[in-house]
Amino acid sequence: MGTRDCKHISAMASPSIGEAGRTGEWRTSRPVIDHSRCIPVRKNKPSCFLCWLYCPEAVIKRDIPIQIDLTYCKGCGICAEECPSGAITMVAENDYVER
Amino acid sequence: METSVLNLPEREYLLPGNRTCAGCGLSIAYRYILKALEGNAIVAVPASCLTVLHGMYPTTSVLIPCVNVAFPSTAASASGLVAGLKALGRTDITVVGFAGDGGTHDIGIQALSGAAERGADFIYICYDNEAYMNTGTQRSSSTPLGAKTATTPVLGKQQHLKDMPRIMEAHSVSYIATACPSYPADLYDKMRKAKTKKGTRYIHISTPCPPGWIFPTKDTVKMGRLAVETGMVTLYEMEDGVFRLTGRSRSVAERGKLKPVGDYIKLQGRFAGISADNLKELQTWVNSRWAGYLKRA
Ligand SMILES: Cc1ncc(C[n+]2csc(CCOP(=O)(O)OP(=O)(O)O)c2C)c(N)n1
Ligand code: SF4
Ligand SMILES: [Mg+2]
Repeated sequence: MGTRDCKHISAMASPSIGEAGRTGEWRTSRPVIDHSRCIPVRKNKPSCFLCWLYCPEAVIKRDIPIQIDLTYCKGCGICAEECPSGAITMVAENDYVER
Repeated sequence: METSVLNLPEREYLLPGNRTCAGCGLSIAYRYILKALEGNAIVAVPASCLTVLHGMYPTTSVLIPCVNVAFPSTAASASGLVAGLKALGRTDITVVGFAGDGGTHDIGIQALSGAAERGADFIYICYDNEAYMNTGTQRSSSTPLGAKTATTPVLGKQQHLKDMPRIMEAHSVSYIATACPSYPADLYDKMRKAKTKKGTRYIHISTPCPPGWIFPTKDTVKMGRLAVETGMVTLYEMEDGVFRLTGRSRSVAERGKLKPVGDYIKLQGRFAGISADNLKELQTWVNSRWAGYLKRA
């Protein structure tokens, strides 16, 4: 039980990343990005960012280059599907080799 | 300046590692709703996938206060929050009642109707995944004709869905809008507008659901887009009674025509084996509803 400013005891939850654990472990395939095909990288200015826009998990950073937080990415594949330049490929976790 | 992917606020109020399914349409929508509210809001949420998203005590994956309320009482609880905040002089905070289609069309409708008739000062959001998803996909009065659910397993549902925004229109509320997470800027703008209005405001968001509708998680955004392009979902707003098509629905109305409903339903397992009669009837229903929107626009 937490206590709020009003000093009353209350069952108040506190915000936390990873409320459901490391949801990256749910993944069956992972997004692998080829930055050289990514539009903001190619233009070297903020543009496109559709992967950031549509990510249900808010695990993509709207930076150049974009960054994906694989600790929590559930591997839905929306980013790869929506990327207009085919910069993101979903690779089965079992086939993935670190390079 | 037009809202776009480049100027939507960067800050997130929905934290990674939450409990929604991979590819959840509600999750995308909630990101932009919270951005529009700038974290300065209290949500009243009944049992639903949104409760699941908010998480289990003692942690939550959302950065704004949430009151978990009994299933039929979303709008009554929101009314109470408004009264309490007013008594405390906290008029800067937006109160939001936020429920699923089961919690809106079926179970919460009388509290919502009562609050809207009183003009209680809050935004009510219904996110519509077209069934009782959190309990395993039972049909609701928002499930479309022909869709199979756990409780309509053989023929699919044999009734049309209930048009909830039209019921809200009959309450003469100050603002009504429909939205879809495949069009985040449209959704964001509508939330911003709703925030500036007084009285009860109603936002209806169609949120594709991969496990409930049975489609691959990667296709959520595509499914929302197809919903709009086939007329299964129409994007519009009503400000003080004035109707206006928005975004993709407006561009389809101005230059183009709807895609056949079959383009949408053939991608979803819930419509597998739909009868020819049901499919024809669904198309007829979409056409007549669309004609009605065009007449009003
Ligand atoms: C009074 C009451 N009846 C039934 C339930 C069980 N229940 C919890 S969530 C839920 C489904 C909610 O459906 P909907 O409002 O559409 O939200 P979704 O899960 O689809 O997001 C049900 C039936 C409950 N919690 N309280
Ligand atoms: S059941 Fe559907 S609406 Fe609920 S969390 Fe999963 S994807 Fe989202
Ligand atoms: Mg539902």
